[in-house]
Amino acid sequence: MTPAPALALLTVGDVVAETSFSLTRDSLVRYAGASGDFNPIHYRDDVAQSVGLSGALAHGMLTMGLAVQPVVDWAGDPARVIDYQVRFTRPVFVDATEGALVTVVAKVGALDLPAGVARIDLVVTFNGATVLGKAQARVNLA
Amino acid sequence: MSVNPELQGRVFPPVAPYLVGREKVREFSRAVFATNPINHDPEAARAAGHADIVAPPTFAVVVQEATLAQLLAEPDAGIDFTRVVHGDQRFSFSRPIVAGDSLTATLAVTSIKTLGGHSMVTAESTIVDAAGAHVVTAISTLVVRGDE
Repeated sequence: MTPAPALALLTVGDVVAETSFSLTRDSLVRYAGASGDFNPIHYRDDVAQSVGLSGALAHGMLTMGLAVQPVVDWAGDPARVIDYQVRFTRPVFVDATEGALVTVVAKVGALDLPAGVARIDLVVTFNGATVLGKAQARVNLA
Repeated sequence: MSVNPELQGRVFPPVAPYLVGREKVREFSRAVFATNPINHDPEAARAAGHADIVAPPTFAVVVQEATLAQLLAEPDAGIDFTRVVHGDQRFSFSRPIVAGDSLTATLAVTSIKTLGGHSMVTAESTIVDAAGAHVVTAISTLVVRGDE
């Protein structure tokens, strides 16, 4: 098993990972197929606009799903993520030609040394604004 | 139409078991940019102590989905699907989902709140394995927008 990062060497506020993801409409179609969520607001501008959105937007669950990946890679094993929560606060519009760039910064939010658990807080931004609120992954490093 | 407050506390019948396929886990992993070998390669997963490849944390939503469909289809729920927005999502694991798992999800509506004309419905899907042991609980808060 890949060694886990040493909990004792972490300090609240440490940045443990920082990554950007380039989303295209292909990414949204791929996620629709993989997840079974075929809501057309995620691939058709006309349908999105008919419900008052400026255009097709990423599935919230796609944003949630990719945002934890830098944490998984830092932890060394997806099984170490024992709890993960987010609030969906802003849409990620994915332009048909330009795509969208989503940036994730993962910081140590809290440490529970007796339990061997680090809470990693995620700041996820698109177009200069955060798109997820209270995005927290609890990672078992015991 | 507004959300039926009597939904709070309602527990639904378990949905049919979901068999976690290895290729489905790989497909989902690619879709969420999960590149860790433990998500793709059975040998890497076994070397890390897992029975087979491990699904990304948010894969549980695929298993949860059938329970949310149950909720939206409930005749007396009063939930207009076209007005539903996903508010919050949480996954709490006892153990990771691995390929080969047969998972059964049971939905309970734990809370209904009204806030400024909108309703917030919190639905908790408890997911257990073939032995009945807890794997993960998936909790969604759905915001049902009120009439304009």
